[in-house]
Amino acid sequence: MRFGVVVFPGSNCDADCHHVVDRVLGQPVEYLWHGDKQLKEIDCLILPGGFSYGDYLRTGAIARFSPLMDSVREFAEQGGLVLGICNGFQILTEMGLLPGALIRNPSLQFQCQEVHLRVERNDTPFTLCYAPRQVVKIPIAHAEGCYVADRDTLDLLEREGRVIFRYSSPAGEITAEANPNGSLRNIAGIINEKGNVLGMMPHPERCAETIMGGLDGLRLFESLVKWREEGGAR
Amino acid sequence: MFKAVVTVTFKQSILDPQGSAVLKALRSLGFQDVEDVRVGKHIEVLLQGESREKAAQQIDAMCSKLLANPVIEDYRFELAEVKR
Repeated sequence: MRFGVVVFPGSNCDADCHHVVDRVLGQPVEYLWHGDKQLKEIDCLILPGGFSYGDYLRTGAIARFSPLMDSVREFAEQGGLVLGICNGFQILTEMGLLPGALIRNPSLQFQCQEVHLRVERNDTPFTLCYAPRQVVKIPIAHAEGCYVADRDTLDLLEREGRVIFRYSSPAGEITAEANPNGSLRNIAGIINEKGNVLGMMPHPERCAETIMGGLDGLRLFESLVKWREEGGAR
Repeated sequence: MFKAVVTVTFKQSILDPQGSAVLKALRSLGFQDVEDVRVGKHIEVLLQGESREKAAQQIDAMCSKLLANPVIEDYRFELAEVKR
């Protein structure tokens, strides 16, 4: 399965994603420069974390207009797998590929910590390798991770089962205390209508090796490969 | 030449954490009458334009495409003709 990691000026988790796919997952992966026009032949596109364009104006606002992004939109609309992590999630909302927006944490702090997430669905290309309602521990690192959307949008996401990760207690309870950034309905990750575009604030690439404190993030990458092996295609 | 002064603010329905922090700071300074604070952005754009109407159209398009995010923000602008 061929992966591509998009690199913007200011991306800083691109090498981590590349490392996990290449060295841990053992799949072919290459960097895709934001200034290129065409995507290479790939099956899954990763928009990595970081501070694209210095987060100027709004997080993800300027990255959205990079030359490569027209191809990214086309790839997503044709059903290609797109994983947006942290800044990647912010870019996907700015592009309108995912609804809502991510705003400053109410604490006004850059929250860098491990959080627990409840996996709400394990029948998506991104979550096949998790158990139903499994609670995982994955780090976050962001200042703008508070997910907001209007009530109709939130209700639609719930109704269509598009909330994939929710901040939870270690026991899987969805509580205000378990919510690190004020995200509405404890939302940490959502998927698009077709189910091929996932955005999430936590960083699965940062917990994909035992030496890094756990393998909970690796399962997401393994899910993509498994989904592909089981015949999922765009 | 036209100069547009664009103001972008969070919609009323969106929590403004910076505004809340500034509100607390103002109250702690003794400004007890402060009811609410919203922090926004001030953007100045200089542009060529045949007419005020065309310039306004362009600025409006800039706001809705890039300068503001309609999901969370409102914008308004003032336009003035200026000398180079």
